[in-house]
Amino acid sequence: MATIFAPANHVPGEDAESLYKAFKGWGTNEKAVISVLAHRNATQRKQIRQAYWDLYQEDLVKRLESELKGDFERAVYRWILEPQDRDAVLANVALKKSSDYHVIVEIACVRSAEELLAVRRAYQARYKHSLEEDVAAHTTGDVRKLLVGLVTTFRYEGAEINTRLAKSEANILQDAIKDKKFSNDEVIRILTTRSKTQLMATFNGFKDDQGTSITKALLGEPADNEFKRLLRIAIRCINEPLKYYEKILRNAIRKFGTDEDAITRVIVTRAEKDLLDIKELYYKRNSVPLDQAVAKETSGDYKAFLLALLGKQD
Amino acid sequence: MRESQHHIFLLAAKHKKEDMAHLQELEALTKALSGLGIDEKSLISILGKSDPARRTTFRQRSTHFFIEDERSFERWDDHRINLLRLEFVRFENALVLWAMHPWERDARLVHEALTLVPQSYRVILEIACTRSSEELLGARKAYHSLYDHSIEEDVAIHVTGSERKLLVALVSAYRYEGPKVSEDAAKSEAKLIAKAIKNGDKKNPIDDDEVIRILTTRSKPHLKAIYKHYKEVSGKNINEDIEAADFILKETAECLCNPHAYFSKVVDEAIRNDADHNTKKALTRVIVTRADVDLKEIKEEYNSLYGVPLTQKIDDNANGNYKDLLLALMTRD
Repeated sequence: MATIFAPANHVPGEDAESLYKAFKGWGTNEKAVISVLAHRNATQRKQIRQAYWDLYQEDLVKRLESELKGDFERAVYRWILEPQDRDAVLANVALKKSSDYHVIVEIACVRSAEELLAVRRAYQARYKHSLEEDVAAHTTGDVRKLLVGLVTTFRYEGAEINTRLAKSEANILQDAIKDKKFSNDEVIRILTTRSKTQLMATFNGFKDDQGTSITKALLGEPADNEFKRLLRIAIRCINEPLKYYEKILRNAIRKFGTDEDAITRVIVTRAEKDLLDIKELYYKRNSVPLDQAVAKETSGDYKAFLLALLGKQD
Repeated sequence: MRESQHHIFLLAAKHKKEDMAHLQELEALTKALSGLGIDEKSLISILGKSDPARRTTFRQRSTHFFIEDERSFERWDDHRINLLRLEFVRFENALVLWAMHPWERDARLVHEALTLVPQSYRVILEIACTRSSEELLGARKAYHSLYDHSIEEDVAIHVTGSERKLLVALVSAYRYEGPKVSEDAAKSEAKLIAKAIKNGDKKNPIDDDEVIRILTTRSKPHLKAIYKHYKEVSGKNINEDIEAADFILKETAECLCNPHAYFSKVVDEAIRNDADHNTKKALTRVIVTRADVDLKEIKEEYNSLYGVPLTQKIDDNANGNYKDLLLALMTRD
């Protein structure tokens, strides 16, 4: 479930005016920015952008970029974009650092087939390249095969499960793991073409048969294999996305070296989806509410914005 | 069916004037059955009006359709019946395909290409490479509805070997369709492709990761720029160098960058005398699927390649309702 509180009776023109007032003069009234934007859903934010343009002939996004700074600016920028555009930006940024490729796996595996399609369109509109073109050009070998396969698939979304197939493909995966041939074509084929329901049945079959989950079975030697790392992430994103996001947050919220990018990414991309469920999972796992943990390791307007997205009402 | 014309001349020598009527019937029937589709009207007027005696004589004289059975009757040749039935149904298939939504058409064509024997990778290539990004997307959606699988899932399962990687990537592509091209990237990618083709005898170019990346992710304008630079890099045109390579590489390159020439060649093969059943099917497929898209350009390209208007070729070689439908599709607007 979503965490943000968005009033049903909002007037885009009024919101645009409030924001305009917040930007006027020296400095910015960040609290006003947060109190408006953090409490509007995607449709409403889009209307506000349009109203801002109609009233002031200026792109609200560009204005925000110039008025705000630092982690706060990055978070608000990602928040104000439409979800598919946001994902396109996240993917493009992630391509620039090979240690961030898991973001691409996240986007490709957590989004629905139609959402991923929308991301591909938004990517083209923004960068004048196809997403797969850029992913392929930035990667090589098995990582390329996996990532390109993941971003280009248009998975069937029905609930049908073929149990015989699930068994045989679980065996294929098991053989690949046993022979340490994780990146063989069959593993990639299964992961990058089968429907999610079918894959979950396959993973369950694996667990029933082997007594251990496939992600656990993929641990161990070789340890620092990039392909294996991304493979595990793909499986976790398909199988248990909530647990995956909880872990990302848990790892990102550290006393030293807090990973603001990761915190922003999870909170901003899930606030309108399932952040409430992630919060519950976080509390179960860490015995500390997520709000509290975030508040401890972040500060200022950035903190206020995150907490607002997490559901804090003024 | 056309080898039977040879028969006619032999028979003419043996049987004389009184049999001219029979011979004319035979000739008309043979012509009505030759080529693509069936001339329904002339079959009705010839066979529909004949009495039992004439039909018996007809069967006895049509030795390539009917065999003298040991139990004293003239038996249809099974192979000929099958071919005949296929020709009768050619019009029906064309009409059904024509009435379909383009997305359903493409989805069904791919599914058929994967599951019928022999498999036809060419059809999959054709659809993946000649459709626009949105058209290909539509086909993938229709495929979900029709077959409860994704297109890439089924291609990956049914296609094996080196072709699998190429075909899965081709059907999954959602190419950028804008005009913007990076000439530097195109130049360096032309070099990569030239190298892979030169190494062709040691490693199949379609096994080369870079060749696959370029062919399956780059936009079509970008690919055209690559072909332009290819000549500077390798000294030859890419289609000359690819001539010797895998046909699948050749056809991919052609479908992506010169689809009108590709369609012209496919259609010409289908109309030839010695075309087998699968090759003939291409005529319906191309005319029906391109009728609303670029049939005009295909006709121009065909004329410039073969010196004969395609409409005339079809008029000469197709029959009956099937011919009428094709010509109607080709001479619209």
